Formats: sequence, C-alpha cells, structure tokens
Amino acid sequence: MAMSRRQRARAIRAVQYAVLAAILLTLVFAADWGEIRRAFFDAGVAKAQFPDIITTALVNTIIYTLLGFGFGLALGLLLALLRLSEVPPYRWLAVTYIEFFRGVPTLLVFIALGFGVPLAFQVAINQYATVMLALGLVGAAYMAETIRAGIQAVPKGQTEAARSLGMSQSRAMVSIVIPQAFRIVLPPLTNELILLTKDSSLVYLLGLSLDQYELSKFGRDALNQNRSLTPILIAGLCYLVITLPLGHLVRRLEARTARAR
Amino acid sequence: MGGGEVDSGSLGSGRLGSSAAGGGGDGSGRAGAGDGTAIEVRGLRKSFGDLEVLRGIDFRVARGEVVCVIGPSGSGKSTLLRCVNLLEEPTSGTVTVAGVEITDPEVDIDRVRRRIGMVFQSFNLFPHLSALGNLTIAQRRVLRRDKAEAARVARERLARVGLTDKESAYPAQLSGGQQQRVAIARALAMDPELMLFDEPTSALDPELVGEVLAVMRSLADEGMTMLVVTHEMSFAREVADRVVFMDGGVIVEEGAPEQVVGAPRHARTRSFLARVLDPAATEIDAVDAGVGPPDSPELSPEGPEPGSRPGPGPDEHTNKGSDVR
Repeated sequence: MAMSRRQRARAIRAVQYAVLAAILLTLVFAADWGEIRRAFFDAGVAKAQFPDIITTALVNTIIYTLLGFGFGLALGLLLALLRLSEVPPYRWLAVTYIEFFRGVPTLLVFIALGFGVPLAFQVAINQYATVMLALGLVGAAYMAETIRAGIQAVPKGQTEAARSLGMSQSRAMVSIVIPQAFRIVLPPLTNELILLTKDSSLVYLLGLSLDQYELSKFGRDALNQNRSLTPILIAGLCYLVITLPLGHLVRRLEARTARAR
Repeated sequence: MGGGEVDSGSLGSGRLGSSAAGGGGDGSGRAGAGDGTAIEVRGLRKSFGDLEVLRGIDFRVARGEVVCVIGPSGSGKSTLLRCVNLLEEPTSGTVTVAGVEITDPEVDIDRVRRRIGMVFQSFNLFPHLSALGNLTIAQRRVLRRDKAEAARVARERLARVGLTDKESAYPAQLSGGQQQRVAIARALAMDPELMLFDEPTSALDPELVGEVLAVMRSLADEGMTMLVVTHEMSFAREVADRVVFMDGGVIVEEGAPEQVVGAPRHARTRSFLARVLDPAATEIDAVDAGVGPPDSPELSPEGPEPGSRPGPGPDEHTNKGSDVR
C-alpha cells in the first residue's frame, strides 16, 4: 500500500507518541506511589533539614568549590602559559602535569592530600586548604588546556597590533591576549566550575566536623538518621540551585560574546 | 654595531641619495635626529623557509615624505613594511628607523616601536575595548600617561578622524571604515614620528574606502611621514611624493608618481598597472605568461641571478608579448 510522504511521517510520529504513552501509563500504574512519597517526600524530615542544609551545607559547598576553582584557575593559567613557553622544559613540565592530573581520579588526589601527605610528612593541613589543593590541582589540569586553547584562538593580529604600539610581549599578553582569551573560554570554564561543584562532594572522605559538612555529606548523614531519601533529594536540589543559574549565566555570556565579535 | 655600512654598496635600483643617511647606522643610540631620514633600508633580505620574499631591498624615506609601495600580491611589499617595525625579522640587511638601527640586536625594539605608528589591513582593533579604550591602553601602559591625559589625547585623535561620537562604541559596533579610522587614531595617540600603512583599505567595502583615504590624505597634508602599501592608484598618484613598484621581492622602479604610475618605464610596471587600473581587461593568458600566481616568486629582469629559478620566468620578451595593450 503506497503512502504519501506526509502520511508516512504522520504514522511514524503517531507510533512514537503511542510508545511514550505506554511507558508513562506503566510507570503510573506499576509504581507504588505511597512508598515513593514516603521515601522521597517526607515533609517532617524535609522540614528538619532546614535551615542547616542551607546555612551550613550549601554554604560550605560553595566555599569549597570557590576555593578549588580560584586556586585551579590561577594554576591553570600558569600552566597554560608554561605550555606555550618557548623554553621546552617548561612545556614538558606543563604537559606532564596536565596529563598526570587529568588521568588520575580526583578521589585519589583527595586521599593523597587528606591522608597521605599528613602521614608521610607529619604535618597537619587545614581542612579548607586540603580541599582547595585537591580540587584545584585537578581542576587546573583541565583549565590549563582550556585556557591554552583560548589564548591560541586570539588572532595573531591582536598581538601584532599590541607590539606595534610598543607593548612588550608580556604586556601584550596581559593587557590584550589574556582578556580576550578568557572571554572565549568563559563557557568551558563555567562548565569546569559546575564539575568542581559536584566534585566538592569528595570532601566527605576527610572526616569533617559538623560545621564543615557540605551538601553530600550532610544528606548522607541525614539519610542515616531518618531512613528517608528526602534529605538526598533536597541536597540534590540544592546542587541544582547552584548549577542551573550558572548554566543560565553561560548562555547569556555566550550571547553577549557573540554580539561583541 | 656599525653594521649599517656593510651593505651600503649593493645595487638597488633607483636608490635616492644616501649621503644623509650614512650616520644613522652606527651603534645603539638615536644618532643624528635631525638628518632628515625617517627610514633607511639597506640590503634587506627576508626568507620564509626556502622562499625568498625580499631579495635585496635598498631604499630611504625622508622625514615628511609620503611613499606609496605598489605591486602585485606576493611581491613582498607587506613583508617589507613589516620589516620596518620588525614584526618580521629580516634575514639580512639593516633597517634604520628614526635614527635607530632596529636590526641591531642590542636595540630595545619596544622603545622604537612606540614611535612608529602601524595600521593593518584587518584593522586589528582590540575587540574587548571601546574605541576610547583602544586609544588609551597603550598610552597608559607604554607611555605611562595618566588616565585623564590619555583620555584627553584619545578624544583629540578621535576628533581628528571624525569619530568624536563613537568613543564608547566597541569595534564590533563600527563599520569597517570607522574601525580603520579608529585604528589610525590609535596609532596617532602614541604621537608617532612616522606611520606605516599595510593595505589599509583592502579589507573595506568600496563605498567605505574614501573616508579612510581622506583621513590619510589629511595626515599627509600635515606633514606626517608615511610609508603606505596600497592598491589605491589614485591615492598614490595624488598624495604620494614618491611611488615604489615592487615585484618578485625587488624594487623594480621608483620615482615620482606621475612617472611611475603615469609613464612607467618597465614592462612589468606597465602590465601591473594595466591590470590594476582596468581589471576587466586582463586577459587570461596575460596572467599565465606575464606574472605568475601570487605565491610563485618571480624573477626580476634585472635580478642578480637570472634563470636560477624554475618555472616560466617573466623575461622582458615574454612580458612584451603578453603586455596588455
């Protein structure tokens, strides 16, 4: 039986909607909604999490993330410049660093810094410093490659214009190239910030005092106390409170950069 | 040190009196600020890998002089210009600008460059800065002028190129002609002693060329020393004190504009001008036989080593045969 092109498209679409409806109906009738509501949406448990989940956990997550991001950004910029250096050993150093820290799990870095270094060197590192170093060391490896790509994406004519105005190589880099490079890499850097926000949950390894809890550790503790998944859900939503605006920010910045180019 | 004298005897077609320029070459300082020479190029050669783009250039630009460099693409004219402020490092030869031999490795090139304005074909404005920011950043970072002084100079230069109302506009908000005028103003904000223009109108839509040429013309009228690589023959004819025709990495012919553009002596100059002034009349075999594709280096009829390069070298007779008109 011959179908016109339009008929065929309509038939395919109808089948797709039918499959979707079947899945949804199965979910609605097969799931035990009472059980799910008890596990995820326990109002009493939910209320008990506030305000600490905000004032302590969310705030700490943000602090840990920003510490790691700030350190990682500075180190990443340095690594990117080393990577572009005309002195080969500097390049090798940067490449080795980047390959190493991109290759090992962040978890391992946390363990090394949180337990290995204090044991091996008999020093006590402040908790916040540990987080900053662990997140930053790993984040820097990723950010270095991003920033390097951004620097190389700035047209050569920009450096030439700057140099022909009498700027030195480093002055041209600082005043002309790097500001433009950061504009170019703002979206990928913000993605890195989102990744670091989630990686900050690895702090739970370090044995924290109550006022140092961040979202994941907080949620896990509350889960143990209440035998309810509700705190986990709330913690998850709190992460979204951080990451969704960031994603929105990236899109706006991208739009602005697109206009300015 | 003192390398300026080494190559002084080399050939160079139509080199203008170098008696005044002899003192410019020696050593580090800015010798002889008042000797009337703005640019002195001697024995300049530049190779990119195996490709020799400049094959022995000698010429001189006097203070206050406007010199236009014309020639087919690939003839090395942009490379020559870029050697004058050392954006390209010459392979050999000396370049003396404003009394400083910049090819001397001891020279702090950044100090010399701030006295040389450069305008690029693609504008190269800083897209992250407003027009005012483009004009002030080097004043502040290089000349260490304070904020108010830099802004005052910047506004004055913007007014000079007719863009007073655009100081807060970003490059992307400006037309090509406006961007190039900002670029000229940016160079002028450094109070340069001379200005280099690298095909300043080649990236512009035809209706925007005039506004840029008008600014350049007014600069010339004010006595600015200018070295201009251009395809604008009417500009060269009307504004230049001297026109230099380059082809195949050498200066083929130079002289007063009415002579070089109006009554060229060399066949290659004539064939080039014919193609530039009336592109529609160019015959396809004229392109093949006469002047090769832009990236193929050519022989000059009076080149030092005739016949050393493969390919159809445009000798006098082949050229004559294909000469348009």
